[in-house]
Amino acid sequence: MPNFFTDNSDLQFQFKNLDLKDIVGIAEDNYEQAKEFNYAPVNYEDAIENYRKVLEVVGDIAGNFIEPRAADVDIEGAHLIDGKVHYAKGTRENLKQLSQADLMGMIFPRKYGGLNFPFTIYVMANEIISRADASLMNIFGLQDIGDTIKKFGNESQRQEFIPRFCTGEVTGAMVLTEPDAGSDLQAAKLQAYQDSEGKWLLKGCKRFITNGNGEILLVMARSEPGTKDGRGLSLFACYSDSTVKVRRIENKLGIHGSPTCELQFNDTPAQLVGQRKFGLIKYVIDLMFRARMGVSAQALGVSQAAFNEALKYAKEREQFGKAIYNIPVVTNMLIDMKEKIESNRSLFYSTAIEVDRKEKLEELIDKLKEQGKPFAEESQKLKYSMKLVNLLTPMTKYILSESANKVTHDAIQIHGGTGYMKEFNVERHARDARITNIYEGTSQMQVVAASGGVINDILAEHFDVKEKKEYKGGLNRLAGFLKEIREIYKEALKYVLDKKDPTFQDVAAKDLVDLYSYLYVGYLLLDEADIEPKKIFVANRYILNSLANARKNFESIKNENFSDILHAEEILN
Amino acid sequence: MFNSIVLVKQVPDTANISGKVMKDDGTVNRSKLPAIFNHEDKVALELALRIKETYGGKVTAITMGPPRASDILRECLFMGADAVYLISDRKFAGADTLATSYVLSEAIKKIGNYDLIFAGRQAIDGDTAQVGPQTAEKLHIPQVTYVEEIISCQKDTVTIRKKIDGGYEIVEAAYPVLLTVLKDAADTRPFKAKRIMAYKNAKSLTDLEGMTEGNSLLYTDKLVHEYEEKNLFIPTFTMDELKLDPERCGVKGSPTKVFKIESVVLAGGNHIKIDATKTGIGNLIDQLMADHIFG
Repeated sequence: MPNFFTDNSDLQFQFKNLDLKDIVGIAEDNYEQAKEFNYAPVNYEDAIENYRKVLEVVGDIAGNFIEPRAADVDIEGAHLIDGKVHYAKGTRENLKQLSQADLMGMIFPRKYGGLNFPFTIYVMANEIISRADASLMNIFGLQDIGDTIKKFGNESQRQEFIPRFCTGEVTGAMVLTEPDAGSDLQAAKLQAYQDSEGKWLLKGCKRFITNGNGEILLVMARSEPGTKDGRGLSLFACYSDSTVKVRRIENKLGIHGSPTCELQFNDTPAQLVGQRKFGLIKYVIDLMFRARMGVSAQALGVSQAAFNEALKYAKEREQFGKAIYNIPVVTNMLIDMKEKIESNRSLFYSTAIEVDRKEKLEELIDKLKEQGKPFAEESQKLKYSMKLVNLLTPMTKYILSESANKVTHDAIQIHGGTGYMKEFNVERHARDARITNIYEGTSQMQVVAASGGVINDILAEHFDVKEKKEYKGGLNRLAGFLKEIREIYKEALKYVLDKKDPTFQDVAAKDLVDLYSYLYVGYLLLDEADIEPKKIFVANRYILNSLANARKNFESIKNENFSDILHAEEILN
Repeated sequence: MFNSIVLVKQVPDTANISGKVMKDDGTVNRSKLPAIFNHEDKVALELALRIKETYGGKVTAITMGPPRASDILRECLFMGADAVYLISDRKFAGADTLATSYVLSEAIKKIGNYDLIFAGRQAIDGDTAQVGPQTAEKLHIPQVTYVEEIISCQKDTVTIRKKIDGGYEIVEAAYPVLLTVLKDAADTRPFKAKRIMAYKNAKSLTDLEGMTEGNSLLYTDKLVHEYEEKNLFIPTFTMDELKLDPERCGVKGSPTKVFKIESVVLAGGNHIKIDATKTGIGNLIDQLMADHIFG
């Protein structure tokens, strides 16, 4: 009876230490909702108890049903038959169970049939589900689509679409990518035009659409003829009716349970969501924060699954007369994996809370505006929160997805030849992990997105406060190393800025983002180690590794390792 | 519309044994075992809920057990039961199947208004498979055991597939009828998040008495009223409330006497290597027959 929520002591630690007071307070209208709904919490403690109990159900379904089906889902995969997409049998069963358990509308307001849970709890569910079957996150995690309709659509659209997500009657898809518009989304061409009555219709082709067979599609399209950039794009909601054709589904390396579709829209009736021209520059950018957290959850979940397999195998497998778990190089690899997963989890939930806070502050400000009340203080908070989210979300996505590749790769290594075989789960985990640093923005794009905050040192005050804090005993030594890393970061940043060379800055950005992440995560771990002795080991290894890596990052920049890109033509051809 | 009553039981989790669960005399130390919802009873509840979803009606779950059995009644609410009752009294302790079915049948009479009674085939602690059938007998209603599937409900009869040795039978029974259900009859649904949040604080009388103990600011009557208002009170039937004959309850009403309890330890013996030839296998069969394992 494995429960993927309760059996994970680190996840339990994170859950226990979540501080969602301000977020839940806003979401629950200071617990006024309890008067209207018998399942709304009456106070903060009650809310946490609700989250815990519901996550236990998620953990139960994940551990006892979804995980046992995952290998078959991978083998069977989704199929396109006569123009219709069919999920693997296990995927269908998974979705049915999750719907029965009321889990397909976790983040939506109760008046539309949702659970009104904080985003942080929702992504925790995403992590748990991804550990069981990474490909299921691609469908379960698409609740975000309804969230975009909730935020930017009108009331009639909310009433039309959101309740259907909540019951699990429909799933959705974010329809953004085109053959010539991948990372460069502003090049999207799919046409949106109005008929003589002013009704919107969509015409054109989209590619690599995760769950493109979903019944409700959120489509980014060019509504302003003659434009070429992001300012001519708007967002539309439509049904996947007979005018939408799934032309093919992709034959992928991993996440086989998730159908990746090529869609053709043949004059499909659609509704404009929000205002014209804001499709990419406002709504999709906003949606991306949450979507990137979804992929980060997927990366974290699959890392955990691979680590568990590796640990179990290392304890069982005997060579040279002992379990390989006791062979130092293997032990060391396992500890490295564990350190990565736990430090990533700390970063992940810290970022999730910040995304949550941003969302709730936006809601609160809208409400205050409506009521004609002052909101200057909230605006100030939102401004800071926005800055953090702009930095932390891409940083998290970059670090967690790269880590997932490393951890799943090492999990195969620990299995030796066995791990390379299809009979074992680790090769599936490695294939599933491989997409996480590609979709919803490649790692390279995430570095670009995070580098603004890093170059402007937006966490300077935060780090100043942390540097003044007194830590217990041995932790002070680690705090000293973090101070050293900060000096390295400052020096590296100065070096890059002094160069005044945009090309150099672009390539150096990765090292700078790495440096900044060591500081942010390092302090998170120090604070955790301060309250939980077991975390001292994680903090110790993380910070020592980071110090060594920081020196390497600095050397790369200072030595201008990549100055030879000026000679790319000669080197590469 | 068909109203169902489901008989459920909390049992020790014999599949997840840890620590010292067996006492030296070979009996089970129940306090060391986690208590769970007997799985076949959960399947019975699942069937009742499906009847409700298809045809309408009300699902009521009842259990006889110690106060902590209210745990599984809350779980019934989480799955979708409309009403639950705890049947609990110290005087019920030590009941065998005869005494248990007497109490259950009287509780069912008190609740009334039912078309179908569902029960799991048997509980994993006693494995008797007698309580369901005996309850039907005491209520003077038909029973169908080993139910694999409810095919359909008609106005006056229900069509059922039941398992028999080497196959199945399709039978039809008139309402009201008691059905005992096999575990393969259905996959049980997960707990529903909204119902968990709504009913997590549902409390029985004993639960509420526990809350007032040592707290002079709380009064049980007031609490009961408060919980009833919030639709969170689990009604409890005691022996007196059911107006039962004390001679037929608990140990007194239980003629079953345990003759002997044996702690059987299965231990592997010697390994014998058999040649993979006709003669080798023939010799093995001869030996097994001689040991009365075969034949």
